[in-house]
Amino acid sequence: MSATALFGQLLLGLINGSFYAMLSLGLAIIFGLLAIVNAAQGAFYMLGAFIAWMLFQYLGIGYWASFVLAPLAVAIIGMILERTLIRRVYNLDHLYGLLLTLGLFQIIQGMFVHWYGTSGQPYDYPDILTGGHNLGFMFLPTYRAWVVVASLIFCFGTWYAIEKTRLGAYLRAATENPTLVRAFGINVPMLVTLAFGGGVALAGLAGVLAAPIYQVNPLMGGNILTTVFAVVVVGGFGSILGAIVTGLALGVLEGFSKVFYPEASNMVIFAVMIVVLMIKPAGLFGRER
Amino acid sequence: MLEIAGLHGFYGESHVLHGVDLSVRAGEVVTIVGRNGAGKTTTLRAVMGILQKRSGSIRVMGTETIKLPPERVARLGVGYVPEERGIFASLNVTENLMLPPTLAPGGMTTEEIYRLFPNLKDRAKSQGSKLTGGEQQMLAIARVLRTGAKFLLLDEPTEGLAPVIVQQIGRVLETIKERNLTVLLVEQNFRFAARVSDRHYVMESGKIIDAIGRSEIAGKMERLEEYLGV
Amino acid sequence: MALEIGELSASAAKTRGIDWLGLAVGIAILVVAPFLIYPVFLIKLLCMALFACAFNLMIGGGGLLSFGHAAFFGGGAYIAAETAKNFGFPFEFALLAGVASATFLGFLFGVIAIRRQGLFFAMITLALAQAVYFLALRLPFTHSEDGIQAVPRGWLFGVVDLKDNFAMYYVTAAIFLAGYLLVARVWKSPFGQVLRAIKDNQPRMISLGYPVDRYKLMNFVLSAALSGLAGSLKAMGLGLATLTDVDFTTSIAVVLMVLLGGMGTLLGPVVGAIISVSMDDYLAGIGIPVPVVIGVIFVVIILVFRRGIVGEVVHYWRKWQARKPATRA
Repeated sequence: MSATALFGQLLLGLINGSFYAMLSLGLAIIFGLLAIVNAAQGAFYMLGAFIAWMLFQYLGIGYWASFVLAPLAVAIIGMILERTLIRRVYNLDHLYGLLLTLGLFQIIQGMFVHWYGTSGQPYDYPDILTGGHNLGFMFLPTYRAWVVVASLIFCFGTWYAIEKTRLGAYLRAATENPTLVRAFGINVPMLVTLAFGGGVALAGLAGVLAAPIYQVNPLMGGNILTTVFAVVVVGGFGSILGAIVTGLALGVLEGFSKVFYPEASNMVIFAVMIVVLMIKPAGLFGRER
Repeated sequence: MLEIAGLHGFYGESHVLHGVDLSVRAGEVVTIVGRNGAGKTTTLRAVMGILQKRSGSIRVMGTETIKLPPERVARLGVGYVPEERGIFASLNVTENLMLPPTLAPGGMTTEEIYRLFPNLKDRAKSQGSKLTGGEQQMLAIARVLRTGAKFLLLDEPTEGLAPVIVQQIGRVLETIKERNLTVLLVEQNFRFAARVSDRHYVMESGKIIDAIGRSEIAGKMERLEEYLGV
Repeated sequence: MALEIGELSASAAKTRGIDWLGLAVGIAILVVAPFLIYPVFLIKLLCMALFACAFNLMIGGGGLLSFGHAAFFGGGAYIAAETAKNFGFPFEFALLAGVASATFLGFLFGVIAIRRQGLFFAMITLALAQAVYFLALRLPFTHSEDGIQAVPRGWLFGVVDLKDNFAMYYVTAAIFLAGYLLVARVWKSPFGQVLRAIKDNQPRMISLGYPVDRYKLMNFVLSAALSGLAGSLKAMGLGLATLTDVDFTTSIAVVLMVLLGGMGTLLGPVVGAIISVSMDDYLAGIGIPVPVVIGVIFVVIILVFRRGIVGEVVHYWRKWQARKPATRA
């Protein structure tokens, strides 16, 4: 096998891994504050890609503007859903949150399948990121390099914002004891809405980044959701950094298996999940709850 | 500063406060004493807005707060030190200290706080989960002093602490009085309360059953001991 | 804070014996139905109802919500179809093979997932089922997108020709009824009572010395086996096993049926299955996207009537019963 193929697959694995990382990072933030596993996370990923595609298709708005607008739109949609529907299940068993967001997932995905069918829509690279560089051992397409860099920046930016800033301190404190944080004069319900918006915006952003690599397909959210769930089970919900590392590592591992044993590439993450569950049921970075 | 009239409070189905009336004037330190389960902590939680099922009237600095959420009550300039201290385990000491937003000008500066609580400075980078009970209590008080809150709700600040630390907290309360802050204190340790308070309310079964001024304490000591079942 | 389940099951457990009148009405309906409604549609409906009962066994009994039950349903369907079509297994052995494979899968899933609860259990079962889906996509005998088609129904015990839709229907109805009664029986058994106690207070049962995980695992495996039976029966009755059977949407569909009818009620899953299968059929005819409707139903149930149809009826009936003596006095 050629080194080019190997590194190409590894790069693609790294890209997928950064999408897993962004989605599971968003899930972890939302889970921390709302104690809800947001099953609609996959739908928000798909929405990010589709909004970018629609902005171009219907309004002629290009990639760079969509890079900002699409995650923002996803965040707004998410926050509206949080305010109107999801908020109502906070005091119920956590499974109801999962079921409710699963319902929302079905609605969102179902509407797009109904309107656009299940065949993908192409979305072009931005001009400035076409082409690539020959690194000697592999050909590096510029856009793919950009995706890796951009997602790493956003992942670690999110980590920094949560661990090192004042807003992040509010978030961590509210995860522990929301009532007391309110008693200090902080509007926690608003914080929760914003965190939900931020968490789904990460998925939306991953969707925009993914749009030119994969086609924009209404089913893309469902496909990634199960994998991301497996990533979350492997990593546990304990730490932000854990979510990022697990996502990236499993993506790369998946890339590797595509080179050596392509038939099993879909299975490898689930296999890892099973092994981890047998050894460390709470996940690699998780705390037993 | 605080006027409570006919306050009723509920935990789920159970009726906990049965018409509490009390008032605290600006600059006073007022203590609520009473046995376990009398409703002292619940009263503070009701004032703070944490207890959501409540009725009657609570006026904080002239504003009716019976329908306000906790964050709005806090914004009026109320600082809350809960019974369980509420130190965030995942935040370090500095982060815990800096967490509550500034509510009004005139709060203590970080230097002033470190002068008052020297051991907090030594432990600035420690995680909240690593502190001793005394340090947690110091930090819980320190962080509301920073915010410029004019009215403090302190829930059993001496509970479970060594006498040396209780003395230290006594000195902190004196500093608080010197700064002319108003305090509503819930306390089981009556000797501590008697030292720092201007007045006392005695609570039993969700009601205020007696009020004792500072000058009357000596004469009413016997009655108080009876109330508290000491 | 708990799931609103088990309302009826608790009382059903108290009443000893079988509700003979209810059973007679049920059998009468099963006997008459194929003269009014197309039997093949009824076969599908009963298979889904049995599947829902199997799923309900787990959530009502153990309080565990699985998102991966399609693996057992579809796994059973594939094995039954394969053994009947290509190994020449007779009807009843094909069913047995399907059930056995689902039981095995259920055991594997259970061993891996049973130590986690709630949200994580749901996510793990979903991920495991997805792994089974990929297997079905890749393995040669499942024929990927085409599935296994034109599965011969064969003869029951070599005597009854199941090519006849009525014969096939009555066999399906009998198996469904047996499955339903089995669930009811398990519920009333000491085993079922231990499961309910675990659901209510797991730490207490552990401290009492019950092997909690083993109880939950047994229940899970039983639920998987019954799901496999439903899937095998469907594969034989409709003559095909496809990727849809192991798909995530099938896992969701069964959650919906049970949620709609009422989690933990005996009759709820049947009611949910009837409504859900009829709705699918109707909606497919007029071109409204089914997933959207399913999603809307999910949202409405969770926000408005979490007990499900049967659960709500029982709840209000109880309330009304409780109030009646007071109004009389």
